[in-house]
Amino acid sequence: MSGHPSVVAMTANSLLQVILVILGGPLLLGLMRKVRCRMEGRAGPPIRQPLLDLRKLARRERTRPEESSWIFPLAPVVLAATILVVAAIAPMLTTRPAFGWAADLFAVVFLFLLGSVFLALGALDTGTAFGGMGASRAMTIGALTEPALLVAILALSVPARTSNLPAIISQSLDHPAWLATPQRVLALVAFVIVIIAESGRLPVDNPATHLELTMIHEAMVLEYGGPDLALVKLAESMRLVVLFTLLANLFIPWGIAGAPGPSHLALSVVATAGKVAFLGIAMAAFEVTVAKLRLFRVPELLAGAFVLAVLAVVSALVVA
Amino acid sequence: MTGGLIRGTELEPNGRCRRARVVPGTELVEAAGALLDQGMRLALVSGHDDGDGFRVVYLFTSGPPDTRVELHLAIDPAQPTMPTLSGISFPASRFEREIQDLFGIEPVGHPQPRRLVLHQHWPEGWFPLRRQSGTPPPMVKDAGAYPFVPVEGTGVYEIPVGPVHAGLIEPGHFRFWVMGETILRMKARLWFVHKGIERLFEGKDPDAGLELAERISGDTAVGHALAYCQAVEDAWSSEIPAGAMVLRGILLELERLYNHVADIGALCNDVGFGVAQAWALTLREHLLQLNARVTGHRLLRGGVVPGGARVRGVPSLGELAEISLRFEEMIGLITSSALVMERFTGTATLSQAQARDLGVVGVPGRASGLEFDARWAHPGVTLPTSFSPALRIQGDVRARFEVRVDEVRASLSLLGEFVQQAEALDAVAPAGQGKAGRPASGVGMAEAWRGVAVHRVELNDQGRLSRVKVVDPSFHNWPALPVSLADTIVPDFPLANKSFNLSYAGNDL
Repeated sequence: MSGHPSVVAMTANSLLQVILVILGGPLLLGLMRKVRCRMEGRAGPPIRQPLLDLRKLARRERTRPEESSWIFPLAPVVLAATILVVAAIAPMLTTRPAFGWAADLFAVVFLFLLGSVFLALGALDTGTAFGGMGASRAMTIGALTEPALLVAILALSVPARTSNLPAIISQSLDHPAWLATPQRVLALVAFVIVIIAESGRLPVDNPATHLELTMIHEAMVLEYGGPDLALVKLAESMRLVVLFTLLANLFIPWGIAGAPGPSHLALSVVATAGKVAFLGIAMAAFEVTVAKLRLFRVPELLAGAFVLAVLAVVSALVVA
Repeated sequence: MTGGLIRGTELEPNGRCRRARVVPGTELVEAAGALLDQGMRLALVSGHDDGDGFRVVYLFTSGPPDTRVELHLAIDPAQPTMPTLSGISFPASRFEREIQDLFGIEPVGHPQPRRLVLHQHWPEGWFPLRRQSGTPPPMVKDAGAYPFVPVEGTGVYEIPVGPVHAGLIEPGHFRFWVMGETILRMKARLWFVHKGIERLFEGKDPDAGLELAERISGDTAVGHALAYCQAVEDAWSSEIPAGAMVLRGILLELERLYNHVADIGALCNDVGFGVAQAWALTLREHLLQLNARVTGHRLLRGGVVPGGARVRGVPSLGELAEISLRFEEMIGLITSSALVMERFTGTATLSQAQARDLGVVGVPGRASGLEFDARWAHPGVTLPTSFSPALRIQGDVRARFEVRVDEVRASLSLLGEFVQQAEALDAVAPAGQGKAGRPASGVGMAEAWRGVAVHRVELNDQGRLSRVKVVDPSFHNWPALPVSLADTIVPDFPLANKSFNLSYAGNDL
C-alpha cells in the first residue's frame, strides 16, 4: 500500500460518503419498491419516487402534537445526525476514512442505538396510544437486535485483534482465507437478520402497512409530518444504506479503496453501489416470498440471530 | 291492526312457507321459547307503528324443509312496553334495543336497556320510526361521552382506534384494553352511518324500493335485492318464472365470488403477503368486468328485479374454467406459505358454543361449525344434490379463510350448472301479476356472501310499502368479533377483523 493520504483527501472522502448515503438511501428504497412491485406483477412507482416524496414533505408546514416537548422535534434530528456521523467515519468507500480511528465497532453500534432511543422518546412524547405502543415494541426488538449486531461484528474482530472497523476490513483484504471460515458464515447470517429487524422490513415489520395496530416502527412516527417526517424517512433509508455497505464491506470487501487516489475511489463507488443494489434487490425479492411474523415470534428469530453471533465468536476464539 | 290475523292459539298460513299467530304479551316468552327449543332461529324482529297502536313481529325460521313462523305482539300505545326475550335469545336482546331506540317501545326486564342504534347526541324521547316523528329535532350538543366499561389495574392501558381509519374503510371506533400486547377487552362502537333507510322505503312502490335495497350495503347488492324481491313477491303471492330462479342463482354466486376473492387477498395483505393481494386484486378486477358484461354494472346492480331477473349475458363455461384456474393458482401460492398459514392458525378463535349462543350466521358461523346456509335451508333456486355448505369447526382465522376458499369452489361449480340451465336472458313475470289489493306481508331470505340477508315487507291496501325491515348478516355477527379476541394480541386484531369482514352500512340502517 502506498503512503498516507492527505487530510484534505480524507475529508473529501468522508464528504463523498455522506453525500452518496443521502442520495443513495431514497434511491435504494425506490429500487427495492420497484423490484417488489415488478415481482408482484405491478408497474410500481419510478425509482426516484422516494426522493420526490422527500421534496414534497420538506415543503410542507411543520406540525407537532399539543403537549409535546422539545424531545419531539429533536428526535428526527438526532436520528439523522447519528447516521450521518456513522456515514462519515465508517469504512464505506475506503479503508482509510477521515476519523477512521473513531469508527470503532462499539461506537458505531452505540450511535445506531442512540438514534433509535431518541425516536422512541419522540414517540412517547406525543402522548398518543400508538406512540407508546410503537415505542414499546421497537425497544423490545431493539434490546434484542443491538447485542446481536455487536456480537456478530465482534466475531470478525477476533482474528483481526481490533474492534476498529477500517482495520478489520483492510486485514480481511490481506487475508482472504478468513472470509470462508465458519465464524464468518455464522456472523453473516446473524448480521442479515439484524439488518432486517433494525430497518423494520418483512418478516419483522411491514413498512407498507396502513394498519396502525400492527405497526412497530411506523407507529412511532405516525405523528410526524412535513419536514420532520422527511428527516425521519431520509434517516431510515440512510441507515439501510449504511448497514448494507457495512455488510458488504465486512463480508465481501473487494472493491473498497485500500489506497488513496481518485481512480481507486471511483472504482470503489461503482463497486459499493453495485453491492448495495444487489443486496437491496435480494432483500426485496426475499420480502415478496415471506409474510410478517406474529409479533411474539420476532423475539425467537432475534434470539436465534444472537445465538448464531455468539457461536461465531466462540468458533473464532477456538480457531484463534 | 295486526296484519289481518285473528288472535288465536293456532298458527295460520300467512305467505310462502309461513304461518303466523297473534300472541298476548303474557304468552310471548313461552311461545318464543318453544319455537327456539324446536331448533328455530330468530331471523328478524320488526317494530311497527300502525297508527292506532304498536306491533312487534318476531320471525322464526328453520330448514330444510323451509319453515317460517311469525309471532305478532300487539302493544298498547298508551303504555308502549314489551316483554323481553333477552333471557332466551341473545339476538332478541339486540333487536329489542333497536326497537326501543327507533320506536320507543321499552323491553321490560332487559338486562342492558341502554341505547344501541342511536348515539348519545340523539335527543331523548324522539323516535325516528314512529309515524308522527316528523323532521328530526336538533341534536344534543353535550350529550356526554359513551359509557365505556373501563378495565383497571396495574399495566392495563387503553388504545382508541377510529372511527376514522387509515385506508378506505367504513367508520367504526374500537376501544382496546390491553395488558402488554394481550387484549383484555375490546368494545366495538359502531352506528356512525345511520341513514334511516327503512323509513325511506315507506310509501314507495315496491318496484321503486329495489334501488334502495341494492344500496343497503354496496357490496351486497344482489343479496339484499334478492331478499327484498322475494319478500315483495311473497306479499304479492306471485310466482316467478323458472328461468328467473336460475339467473338469480348466477347473480348471487357472482357476487359471492368477487367478494370472497377480495377477502382472501385482503387477509394475505394483512399478514404482509402482498403478492397474494396483488393476484387477488387482479382476479377481482377480472370478475368485476365479467359482472359488468352480465348486468351492465360492476357490482351487479339491476340484475334481480321484482318478479324475476334480467341480464345481458351469462358467463361461458370457458370463462369459469379460466377463473377457476387462476383462483387455484392463487390458493396454491397462499397455502404453500408456512408463514401465512401459521399466522391464520389459532388466531381469534370463536367456539361453536359461542357462535351458537350469539346467533352468528354466514361465513363466521360455518367456520365455527354452524351448518346454516340459507341457500340450503330456504332455497330460492333448485340446488344440485351435490351441494352442501362449506364447514369448518376450528373457528379461527384459518377456518374462516378455508370456508371462503371452499365457497368460491362451490360457487364456481354452481355457476357451471346454472349457466347450462340458463335459457332466456330476460325472465320477469308479467307486470302486475298477483299484486294484492289488500294489506299483505312478505318475507325474503337470501344467502348473501356474508351470510343470510332477511327482509320483511308489508304492503298497504294501495299496494305500496308501509314497512320494510332489513336484517343484514352483520347485525348478527358484530358481537362475535370482540368475543373471538380473547387471548388474541393487539397486532393480530386487523387480521381477526378482516377474517370476519362485517358491514358497517348493512348493520346500521
